[in-house]
Amino acid sequence: MQFGILVNEGPYSHQASDSAYLFARTAIEKGYKVPRVFFYHDGVYNASRLATPPQDDRNVGARWSKLAADHGVDLVVCVAAAQRRGITDGVLGDNFRISGLGQLVEMGIQYDRLVTFGD
Amino acid sequence: MSDMDEMEDGSGIVKKFMFLNRKAPHGTVYALEGLEVVLITAAFDQDVSMVFTDDGIYQLMKGIDTKGIEVKDFSRTYRALEGYDIEKLYVDQASLDARGLTEDDLIVDVTVLSVDEMANLMAEQDVVISF
Repeated sequence: MQFGILVNEGPYSHQASDSAYLFARTAIEKGYKVPRVFFYHDGVYNASRLATPPQDDRNVGARWSKLAADHGVDLVVCVAAAQRRGITDGVLGDNFRISGLGQLVEMGIQYDRLVTFGD
Repeated sequence: MSDMDEMEDGSGIVKKFMFLNRKAPHGTVYALEGLEVVLITAAFDQDVSMVFTDDGIYQLMKGIDTKGIEVKDFSRTYRALEGYDIEKLYVDQASLDARGLTEDDLIVDVTVLSVDEMANLMAEQDVVISF
């Protein structure tokens, strides 16, 4: 079973990214595949390496980066949504990449399930 | 190898994609950016349906004028959907009724569905993306 994950909200102000991360991590732990996570709308802010949250809280962006490093998850940020919001290659966290909406559509075509996290 | 190549660009596989539009056209960015996904999905030759429900039906309202709020008016994109072979447009009857609207208030031809009909249509889909 392959899950594609769509994250539509930014970190901290909304739980969507936290829920998506916990879903992805748990799915992988249980033996399912999560080949790709796609970040859209304000979800692109999850990719910024400029975020420096307080040390006693979770680091949402870094947590995604680590999940990608540990399990080869492809973290894709929508180019059009990113350009609107000032997210460029220069501010991307580790293992994030910027690409087009086709990468989202491909998840819907190729994977067994596409799960959306957002409002 | 050739199977894998086909998978890479999705060619040959046609899935039923439903886009559920639930939000007013302005006030948040979801409707505008959601439309972008709909157009790309059609460009991938997928079987696309659009559903307008709750405040999402305001996206199709006649007479939208965004001058006063100084944001882009993208309502004409809905009229151009036919050119992208996106012809399956559905509106929720209860959402129209709750807002005192009828099909005549909308800028495009739609199919109005009851809640039960909408549920059946939704159950037929491979992928449902909600904006």
